[in-house]
Amino acid sequence: MTVILNQSFTGISIGAVLLLIALGLTLTFGQMGVINMAHGEFIMTGAYTTYVLQKSISDAGLSLLVALPVAFLVAGAMGVLLEWLLIRRLYTRPLDTLLVTWGVSLMLQQLARDIFGAPNVQTHAPDLLTGNISVGGGITLANSRLFILALALLCVLALTLILRLTPLGRRIRAVVQNRDLAEVSGIATGRVDRMTFFIGSGLAGVAGVALTLVGPIGPTTGTNYIVDAFLVVVVGGIGQLKGSVLTAFVLGVLQSVLEYSTTVSVAKVMVLVAIVAFLQWRPQGLYTLRTRSLA
Amino acid sequence: MTTTTSPVPTAVTEPSVTLRERLRVPGGFVLGAVLLLGVAPLVLSDFRLSLLAKYLCYAIVAVGVSLAWGRGGLLVLGQGVFFGIGGYAMAMHLKLADAAATGQTLPDFMQLYGTGDALPWWWQPFAYPGFALAATVLLPMAVAALLGFFIFRRRVKGAYFAILSQALAAALAIWLVGQQATTGGTNGLTDIQGFFGYDLDDPVNQRMVYVVIAVVLLLLMAVARQLFVSRYGELLVAVRDSEERVRFLGYDPANVKLVAYVVAAGMAGLAGALFVPAVGIISPALIGIVPSIGFVIGAAVGGRASLVGAVLGALVVAWAQSTLSDAFPAGWTYFQGLLFIVAVGFLPGGLASLFAVVRDRRTRTPKGETA
Repeated sequence: MTVILNQSFTGISIGAVLLLIALGLTLTFGQMGVINMAHGEFIMTGAYTTYVLQKSISDAGLSLLVALPVAFLVAGAMGVLLEWLLIRRLYTRPLDTLLVTWGVSLMLQQLARDIFGAPNVQTHAPDLLTGNISVGGGITLANSRLFILALALLCVLALTLILRLTPLGRRIRAVVQNRDLAEVSGIATGRVDRMTFFIGSGLAGVAGVALTLVGPIGPTTGTNYIVDAFLVVVVGGIGQLKGSVLTAFVLGVLQSVLEYSTTVSVAKVMVLVAIVAFLQWRPQGLYTLRTRSLA
Repeated sequence: MTTTTSPVPTAVTEPSVTLRERLRVPGGFVLGAVLLLGVAPLVLSDFRLSLLAKYLCYAIVAVGVSLAWGRGGLLVLGQGVFFGIGGYAMAMHLKLADAAATGQTLPDFMQLYGTGDALPWWWQPFAYPGFALAATVLLPMAVAALLGFFIFRRRVKGAYFAILSQALAAALAIWLVGQQATTGGTNGLTDIQGFFGYDLDDPVNQRMVYVVIAVVLLLLMAVARQLFVSRYGELLVAVRDSEERVRFLGYDPANVKLVAYVVAAGMAGLAGALFVPAVGIISPALIGIVPSIGFVIGAAVGGRASLVGAVLGALVVAWAQSTLSDAFPAGWTYFQGLLFIVAVGFLPGGLASLFAVVRDRRTRTPKGETA
């Protein structure tokens, strides 16, 4: 029982990382139909931002706090640049955005390799986050994982508030639901797209900061998570925050518990089978927008 | 999600009256055959010919990609899975044959890892050449049929399909790495000596392998060409361009897509099987996400909807990769990324459409701003 609880907690913390990554993806995917493979490299950017900041700010706790907003801005700016240079030219061809952004991701990975070197680098976690909390019954929770969980939930909350309460959020939701109607209603969809991309990519940067607490970081840090994050978006339903939240945690726990009872590799395959089976039941994902389109 | 129609112009050749038009396709086929089977073995050294054999395997995959993606609009990001199944099926048989030739019952790596002396049950059938050969094609087709059936039946499409096929590639690669004792893990199946009784170290036999691969490629291109011009080929393009309309006409788009996916998988499996004797190795690194996308790159660069374009693109990209990545490892990656961006983003018809694009531009410019 203890083992299962511990394993579930590990799963929840895997889910929190997936959630951070998938939040940005579900925004951009849902609104623009863009499959951004370079999202993984924005995560990597966030991770390296933390690494660079730690070189100048020796206090690990302070540098982590500074890294969060800075990584958000840096990754967000890269996202805006990508959107402006390439993606807005590819609106009518969503599948091709996958391939084009994959090309971008290749180049960014190589750039990271040229700047920081191919070997992984390690950042120091603040003392506060290195310990464990024992909650009795032999169950221990790692502080860093609790922090990531809190960070993920905070991001969900912030994003929900932005989407629900601000004028920008209203415009974003309008564009997700019906781009053409939003356009004729006087919403500058191009500008909304750019802001969405900024937020989505920025969240990837924040996810990158969180990943520095989990282990060493390297040029392929983002790529390792990107496929799983896309699966979260697919299962959760495109553009649906609650779908992403639920799915990220369920997949995380499923993966983690299966890993314990079998092996890492078998667990991966079983999760994939579970996803395909799930899509038989709900082909459009857990939550879907009701639309009148046939597709 | 809106429908994911591709604006790639498709050249469905109408039956034409002029002799030149009528001879174009068979003429090109004969030219290709002469170049591959006549000229290449004469002018290329043994080393270069074996490299070409490897590239031709990638070209075989590209034939399937051209069918499924170019014509069917199915972005198949997991062709490495089928390439890998075909490759491993072949390699397992060859490893067992090698072991039997030296009087062993277990392949060398299994003895090395010391996992007991019994052959795993799922290895045993691959000792029979007939089973192994059939498995190289039928096993990938069966996997594709199973996955495709469940995906297409529920109208999961577009990006969802691409991501799922990609996840499958990741899962297979991870699984293979995890089962070190029975699959060779990260190393894969290496050091393959013989090919159905022929010694692969012998350059003469390497040439024979090349000829087999070239013949298979030409045959599959002919098959794909027939599929393209058939009723089915037109139906496939129709499903790509307007799936709903095809459904309203009384066809089931799921079946149409399934056939393209399964045939493409079979081609990739065959390519993987031929890759093993040509290169002497199959490993998870050759079939994961990155190589799987690589299979698509060639077709995208050459022209996904054009069969010849896809095949030539695969050859050129494979060639560029091995020459450039040796000379400038970092530079190649930048170049590869750029190639992708330019080819997919700005020239969706690939190099095959370059001529038409240039011609259009030339005829359009004098007219001024009439568009």
